[in-house]
Amino acid sequence: MNHYETVFILNPVLSDEQTKETVLTYEKFLTSKGAKFISKEDWGLKKLAYPIQNKKSGFYHLFEYTVDPNIISDLELEFRRDERFMRYLTVKLDKHAVHWAEKRRERSKTKKV
Amino acid sequence: MSTIQEEASGKKSGEIRYLTPLDIDNSTVKKYCRFKKYGIKYVDYKDSDFLLQFINEQGKLLPRRITGTSLKYQRKVSVAVKRARHLALLPYVADLLK
Repeated sequence: MNHYETVFILNPVLSDEQTKETVLTYEKFLTSKGAKFISKEDWGLKKLAYPIQNKKSGFYHLFEYTVDPNIISDLELEFRRDERFMRYLTVKLDKHAVHWAEKRRERSKTKKV
Repeated sequence: MSTIQEEASGKKSGEIRYLTPLDIDNSTVKKYCRFKKYGIKYVDYKDSDFLLQFINEQGKLLPRRITGTSLKYQRKVSVAVKRARHLALLPYVADLLK
């Protein structure tokens, strides 16, 4: 069970329900494959640094989870098929990265309080 | 031909004297690798404002001789910047980024 972190950008033309629904479908997809979620973040609508599919902004989401390595290829296959996804990036987290992610969550929690 | 007055004052001919003294500070500030110094072990590709310090106005990666980072962390920075570019957090090409 390795630590992974996936950031993906959804098409901005989607309505709010559609984005929530997409995020939910992929959460279910992962949990059905035995993934354990550590954190889910929604950065909302952000401006892109350069136009992708000539869109200027996109909905950013972050998943942090632990899963078996072979699931990742199926997940990315799904991402590739789904046209709502403009871009995705899955990163394996080593121990320093996991430690950094925890600190980052505490920092964002303190900021919100 | 230096003037008689100059010769009288025993100066070598051709020495230029300026009104205001020249203050060229050629003392180089010792560069250090900030990752080693502050013990940062992981360069996060998601916080782009930290990565902005490692790219120039055109969005290109700064060389080590300017940022002073060690080789090990320069590679981590370059991987992080390339991931941020992939996720459109940082531009590939920019003008007047800062």
